[in-house]
Amino acid sequence: MSRYRVQRAGFALLGLVSLMVVVPIVIVIGSVIWRGIGAVNWAFLTEMPSDGMKAGGILPAIVGTLLLTLGTALVVIPMGIGGAIYLSEYAPESAFTRAIRLAIINLSSIPSVVYGLFGLGLFVLLMGMGTSIVAGALTLAIMTLPMIISTSEEALRAVPLEFRMVSASLGGTKWQGIRHVVLPQALPGIITGVILGLLRAAGETAPILFTAAAFYLPHLPHSLFDETMALPYHLYVISTQVPGMPAEMQNGTALVLLVFVLSLNVVASIIRSHFRRRREW
Amino acid sequence: MVTKISLQDVSYWYGNKPALRHINLAIPANAVTVLFGPAGSGKTTLMRLINRLNDSVSRTRLEGKILLNGRDLYSPTVSVPQLRRQVGMVFALPLPLPGTIRENVLYGPKLAGIHSASRLNEILESSLQKAALWDEVKGRLDDLASALSGGQQQRLCIARSLALEPEVLLLDEPTSGLDPISTAKVEHSLVELKEHYTIIIVPHSVQQGARIADYAAFLLMGELVEQGEGATLFTNPRDSRAEDYVRGRFG
Repeated sequence: MSRYRVQRAGFALLGLVSLMVVVPIVIVIGSVIWRGIGAVNWAFLTEMPSDGMKAGGILPAIVGTLLLTLGTALVVIPMGIGGAIYLSEYAPESAFTRAIRLAIINLSSIPSVVYGLFGLGLFVLLMGMGTSIVAGALTLAIMTLPMIISTSEEALRAVPLEFRMVSASLGGTKWQGIRHVVLPQALPGIITGVILGLLRAAGETAPILFTAAAFYLPHLPHSLFDETMALPYHLYVISTQVPGMPAEMQNGTALVLLVFVLSLNVVASIIRSHFRRRREW
Repeated sequence: MVTKISLQDVSYWYGNKPALRHINLAIPANAVTVLFGPAGSGKTTLMRLINRLNDSVSRTRLEGKILLNGRDLYSPTVSVPQLRRQVGMVFALPLPLPGTIRENVLYGPKLAGIHSASRLNEILESSLQKAALWDEVKGRLDDLASALSGGQQQRLCIARSLALEPEVLLLDEPTSGLDPISTAKVEHSLVELKEHYTIIIVPHSVQQGARIADYAAFLLMGELVEQGEGATLFTNPRDSRAEDYVRGRFG
């Protein structure tokens, strides 16, 4: 076989592999839309479930997932960015810092169900929050924190050192340099990390299984200390636990979750491109 | 001659490596002082000690005293941000901050707490004037600084330092990346600026040093070999090493 042919075969193989990545995604999204779009209408989005979830809408699950994601964001954004700033700008190179970094890397590879059990032990039982939105959001926050810290730290480190030096030479304190020069430059990367983390939080079932999620609760939560329905858990429930569930409602629920997650993604890229326009050096 | 900055028996180490040894140097006010010597002789380190930019480098040691207007720069009562407003610095590469021309010039003054719009506009225009850049950019102050040419960017960096109305201006090979025309412009503005500022410059060539020096100091491997009037040091140095370097026999 000539070298030219080997190259052609190689390219063909690579093309095939990329296709194998893309095709399943298209099929999954396509089939969810195809089979679920019929169930999604205004009533489906705004009504309480009824008849043992076989009828009515999924409003409590939508609201629950929104609240859980929002709660996670409120906790994880300041903590994650703060931690990243500390690690990238302030932490001295020491055994202690290395231990923190190692812990972060290891934490991000822990299965989500372990976080769920941890949240159950710490927030639900020990701190007495009960099965509640707060406990669920905190559990999700702990799960997403390592990822947000490491992506944010990377974004901060990608900002050239010279900018910090220039800011200092113009009478800026270290914090002023971070606040006015480094952070704005790192923001697109940080936002990407935050949104990816939140996307994961929004779609997870295991961490909220024991900490926040209710099986069937046909009303909206009254307070943040109530348990709540949530889209991923609801999807699991109606797909496996409810006999005679109409397939269209399952796919409709999946579609809503998918749209929620994808629209967060779109928001992320809009914010990113907005900030990137100002990023030129 | 009024002494602006005085280095008294200054020695400096990076770890165990000595970078400067027993430097004694009096830098005159309102003049251009040229620090020159081959690479690695400690010129940049010396400059960065004067605005304490080396504070952030770990495992270093300083001995001796550096006085600005007779006051010890390293005394614990000195506010470092305040000091850096008094002692501006321009680096070898033009390093505009991300953002517009206006934002670059006004970065320092805003941090210093100046918020009046009319005052900021005054500063903007006068600093760009002094750096001989105003005429080229006055119509596009809100363009990105990165869109300027290299020579313009470097003059922007000079303007940015001047916006703080410093007393001393440190320039570390400010023209090393510039073409001869831009270099001439920068040199010309330095000569004008010395009326109001004390200027310390590491030139990018011996010839440049000779062109602009009122006072000069020759450094070699961390030692101050010879210092004196620029006219003398660049034409008729006493020390044979200084002479060899000025004549281009090494370096």
